[in-house]
Amino acid sequence: MKAILRFVVALGSALAVLPAAAALNVFACEPEWGALVQELGGDKVSVYLATTALQDPHRIEARPSLIARIRSADLLICSGSELEIGWIPLLLTQSGNPRIQLGSPGYFEASQYVVKLEIPKVLDRALGDLHPGGNPHVHTDPRNIAKIALALEERMVQIDPANAESYRSRAKSFLGRWQAALARWEQQAVPLKGVPIVVYHKDFSYFINWAGMREAGSLEPKPGLPPTPAHLADLLDRMKIQPAKVIVYSPYNSPQAAEFLSTRANIPVVMMPFTVGGTDKAKDLFGLFDDTIGRLLATVK
Amino acid sequence: MHRKGTMALAVVAALGLAHAAAAQTQDELRTLREQVRQLDKRVTEAEQAAIQASSRPTGENAMNPAVSVILNGIYSNLSQDPNGFRINGFTPTLGDVGPGKRGLSLGESELALAANIDHNFRGTLIASISPEDSIGVEEGYIQTLALSYGFTIKAGRFFSGVGYQNQIHAHAWDFTDAPLANKVFLGNQLNEDGIQLKWVAPTSFYWDVGFEAGRGRQFPAGPAGGRNKNGVSSGNVFTHVGGDFGTGTAWQTGVSYLSTSPQDRTFDDPAGTTNSFTGQSRLWVLDGILKWAPNYNPTYTNFKLQGEYFRRKEDGDLTSGTTAQTGGFASVQSGWYLQSVYQFVPMWRVGYRYDRLNSGTTSFAAPLNAADFPILAAYNPTKHTVMVDWSPSEFSRIRLQAASDKSRSDVTDHQVFLQYIVSLGAHGAHKF
Repeated sequence: MKAILRFVVALGSALAVLPAAAALNVFACEPEWGALVQELGGDKVSVYLATTALQDPHRIEARPSLIARIRSADLLICSGSELEIGWIPLLLTQSGNPRIQLGSPGYFEASQYVVKLEIPKVLDRALGDLHPGGNPHVHTDPRNIAKIALALEERMVQIDPANAESYRSRAKSFLGRWQAALARWEQQAVPLKGVPIVVYHKDFSYFINWAGMREAGSLEPKPGLPPTPAHLADLLDRMKIQPAKVIVYSPYNSPQAAEFLSTRANIPVVMMPFTVGGTDKAKDLFGLFDDTIGRLLATVK
Repeated sequence: MHRKGTMALAVVAALGLAHAAAAQTQDELRTLREQVRQLDKRVTEAEQAAIQASSRPTGENAMNPAVSVILNGIYSNLSQDPNGFRINGFTPTLGDVGPGKRGLSLGESELALAANIDHNFRGTLIASISPEDSIGVEEGYIQTLALSYGFTIKAGRFFSGVGYQNQIHAHAWDFTDAPLANKVFLGNQLNEDGIQLKWVAPTSFYWDVGFEAGRGRQFPAGPAGGRNKNGVSSGNVFTHVGGDFGTGTAWQTGVSYLSTSPQDRTFDDPAGTTNSFTGQSRLWVLDGILKWAPNYNPTYTNFKLQGEYFRRKEDGDLTSGTTAQTGGFASVQSGWYLQSVYQFVPMWRVGYRYDRLNSGTTSFAAPLNAADFPILAAYNPTKHTVMVDWSPSEFSRIRLQAASDKSRSDVTDHQVFLQYIVSLGAHGAHKF
């Protein structure tokens, strides 16, 4: 038995191919947080993206490759607010890694640092897949990115004090550029004020709130349930009386329901990047908002 | 005069002001509107913050563990009498491995409680309430959270990490019943009282190595509840590797070796006698699973292929209930299954499973006579199973399953099951 264990450990060290210990290993649940950590960390971090823009962050399989990566992570950054409840708890219990457990400095929930919207007053599964802590898709409001960046900077300094200087100066530079971009986006988004919009899932609530748009309906009958013909027919009737100006969906949604409503109600449909990597232009967080606003403006005009 | 002059001045001033105001109205209104908007926004934010502060739970029940309940019910239509069920060529017989009752029945209800105990441990209790009104502990274990270097230790009662399907709760199975191989080699599903040590390697692909020591409370160690001794009666070692390939495929394959020393492991022969076995039982299991979903997004379509191969060697002494004689017995038996499940549109899945067992070689030493053990006569059972299920949400599933079961050497059992499985309460998370 001892010989086997020794052999196993030896083989394990021989096969270890993870990045050098010098860099902070970050496990990012969603691409937007990966992009933010990369902005603040630069070459001091090695970021693993657990999901892509083409995956629904509510429904992720706790795949073996994710366990392998979370095992060696120094920092876990997720949206939180129960967005990842179907997979992150499993990964955490199987990781054998105390650094990123709930309550450890390496466990970072972005949604804790911003004011959440749509906190349900009534909790019941008959109302769909509700998030008791409020809507978790906080990254679609650009002001939230700045707030979360500040909290993340503190956390990175706490976990990796040796590189504090670097994190601080990169955060300063990022926030400077972000404020400038924010001013620009606020100007650009002026024509979006009051524009009625139909969403697929309630994943653009924070953007809608920031831009002052008006949500006129969602393709999902209830949060987390796929669109049904009955609900679409109902929505179509409402659109005939009070038409929305645009229908949006995310790259991980099937466009079918949006296109169905679009052709019948004669309302333009547009795929939003939703997160970094969702479209070609959304290469980073700046590109994400440039493209989001750009696509809406091009459609609404 | 003075008064009139003042009036005139005031009028002139007012006129002048009005004139100026007319020019500025637009700008001022705009500013005012903006100010109101900003104020409004601040009020909304303050309100939201207040809601968040007030929504935090307080009181004694704020630290309650996550509670969930699984309910399931089934309608079974079996062409053969389930009381005569057996898997020819193999033991065990009847009990858990059978197809259940005919007609309408409640399945096993599960009550699960789980929470972090403190910063070091997590605790889980899963109680199963049988339709016969008895309650059992399906799993009840603590698990470490704070060990480093990829190590976790589990202690208590838990589903053994032997093979793949054995660790998965019945409500999360893709078919109503367990594969034949799991029935004959693990007595349907093996939960052991013991301790498990598992290590996840620091590699970029998944690799784990684990070891379990247990009391051997269930088949294959024996239904006697474990040996009366201080040591360990059951040992299991396993290792898995897994990873991703392409833009949507995840895989995992593993091997496990379960070694037990059954003592007075009884089994009923349909002839009406009870035989017992004492000796050594060694089981090898190879398992593999492959899951595909376009871009790893299983919401719309996904595919799953799963298979396991079992091979067991036993040798020791067998006591015949008919002749009351004891003699040497040895066997080498194997079996496998392969199943696939395809979700072709959201909510709907179809699946097919093929089961095959090979009764292999058995040898009886004098004074035993093979004819005294009709259930162990050579026979290779097979089974075809198809299913379709509908899951309107993550929390409910309705399944229709049909099977042609050749577990019995003389007859084919045509089985139809219609089943619901639902979960209430805390959001579950399912293992890969």
